[in-house]
Amino acid sequence: MTDSGQTDKRPLIELQGVTKIYGTGHAATHALRGVDLYIGDGDLVAVMGPSGSGKSTCLNILGCLDTPTWGAYTFKGVDVSRLNRDQRARLRRYYLGFVFQGYNLLNRTSAIENVELPLVYRGVPARTRRAHARCALEAVGLQGWEKHSPSELSGGEQQRVAIARAIVTGPTVLMADEPTGNLDTARSHEIMQLLVDLNRQQGITIVMVTHEPDMAAYAKRIVRFMDGLVESDEQNRSPM
Amino acid sequence: MLWDTILLALREIRRNVMRSFLTILGIVIGVASVITMVTLGGGATVQVTQQIASLGSNLLIVTPGKRMGPGQSSASAPFRVKDVEAIARDIRSVAAVAPASTKPVMAIVGNENWSTTVTGTDNQYMKVRIWPIKTGRQFSDSELRAGAAVCIVGDTVRQKLFGGLEPLGSRIRLGKLSFQVIGLLEAKGQSSMGTDQDDLVLLPLRTFQRRISGNQDVGLIQVSVRDGESTEKAQRDIERLMRERRHISPNAEDDFSVMDMKEITRMLTGTTQVLTGLLGAVAAVSLLVGGIGIMNIMLVSVTERTREIGTRLAIGALEREVLMQFLVEAVVLSSSGGLFGILLGLTACLGLKNVLRVPFVFNPGIVIVAFLFSAAVGVVFGYFPALKAARLDPIEALRHE
Repeated sequence: MTDSGQTDKRPLIELQGVTKIYGTGHAATHALRGVDLYIGDGDLVAVMGPSGSGKSTCLNILGCLDTPTWGAYTFKGVDVSRLNRDQRARLRRYYLGFVFQGYNLLNRTSAIENVELPLVYRGVPARTRRAHARCALEAVGLQGWEKHSPSELSGGEQQRVAIARAIVTGPTVLMADEPTGNLDTARSHEIMQLLVDLNRQQGITIVMVTHEPDMAAYAKRIVRFMDGLVESDEQNRSPM
Repeated sequence: MLWDTILLALREIRRNVMRSFLTILGIVIGVASVITMVTLGGGATVQVTQQIASLGSNLLIVTPGKRMGPGQSSASAPFRVKDVEAIARDIRSVAAVAPASTKPVMAIVGNENWSTTVTGTDNQYMKVRIWPIKTGRQFSDSELRAGAAVCIVGDTVRQKLFGGLEPLGSRIRLGKLSFQVIGLLEAKGQSSMGTDQDDLVLLPLRTFQRRISGNQDVGLIQVSVRDGESTEKAQRDIERLMRERRHISPNAEDDFSVMDMKEITRMLTGTTQVLTGLLGAVAAVSLLVGGIGIMNIMLVSVTERTREIGTRLAIGALEREVLMQFLVEAVVLSSSGGLFGILLGLTACLGLKNVLRVPFVFNPGIVIVAFLFSAAVGVVFGYFPALKAARLDPIEALRHE
């Protein structure tokens, strides 16, 4: 289980010639200039690059929050660029989990209710929801903190709740946008360890944007962006 | 899912109790005033109707002038004594016919004076109104014929002018002339319009015409229909007779009207209803203003919760689910305003019923309408903010500070 064992079937995620242009005419910004990227099931990819290199835009497109201007994005064999807003929302609901730099937990809402949120949109009955959310909180090491609201939790704990919220639905891919960006070093390593564990034990594919080499070192594969293009894409021989 | 959304909305509202309360205040006041106006107006109408019904259902009133609407009529030729005699003679279903001409006068006895209304009529008046004489006697035929200076007084006039003294045989001055009191009417109490029915002095019609009004007019004619006879038929017969006597060509409209109790009720309650309607309209405007308040606060709420909306959209909420969330919140706000308003309005009615002497008549219709209207205000004014929330771009929303 050390290597992601590339098989001959199609990879989970395929980006082909993906271009993203914001604005028009002279004001047009080319955020992505034809990116090709393949991510297989069970991979743990760190996306790195300086600000404005297009890494966040790429993550937004991978997360189906945004659509490419040109190019094809195929997720599980489905051409995402042809889906409408609601269809993409459904795809996110059933296959994707999100972890943000700023946690984005609902204020004045208990940890367990935050974790339950994606299940509400899946129409899961309240009792089942609660049980699943409890399991997810346990998986991130927060059993006993169910009733606490985000303001009563530390940054690291809040990010754990956010991760629990992302994995409670059993997603195929977890999109993490600088998950350790707001945390101190010790907390950052804990969160990274948690992500690695989820990847290893539950087989969740993780795509993570970061600009910290220390955090990227946990990944199996590191993709570097520069000026809207993939600059380098290498396997990490010795992930932490 | 809907239940979850309602719970969510309630929690959101609880988070900002003060703000939510101030937001719905407009709706509360609007609904409370609608409920109060309509309930009190309804009470007044019921009161008027009941009192008129107690007069008896077989009374017809013939007045000159065409009815234009509630309380309005056009001027036209007045009646004469001959008209009264003709009705009594020619219409078989009639039990009694009484002329009545009235004028406000100042009545004086010794040092006491009292402004009252004097009515010129005859003995039929007591029959038509079912109003017996308590002490004394009716007008005699010779008094009626000669226009003698005699009068019959109502109980209020007796109290005000004579106090404990015996009125019979005393003299009372009406305007410049002196009249002898020959009879005293039974006390009858308040009328349907809240006026004192006992505040009157009756004179023989001829006396009234000669000494008070100075003309030969009869102001109106009161008719009571025999028991068992149809009022509608009597009404039609009187109309036909009066058209003939007043030489109205077949195509022309009546220049007089014959009203039965139903029409009189309608006329009297018409005014109340117009007033109720107007006040209700004012209240509806305040509901509108309350709705704008809700829209305003919902827009603020959407801006404040942009990141939350972004998160919800990112984790897979559909546009219409976000729309629903905010719409339900607006409706829960506005309809809870409606509920409070209904409670406040009904409480106000119960409090005011003693002050205004109007009975409390619970009207479930208006309560339901007011509640539905307040909920509708939430839908209408909550829709735009909710749409704004649902249409947010998740990426932009997540970045929002």
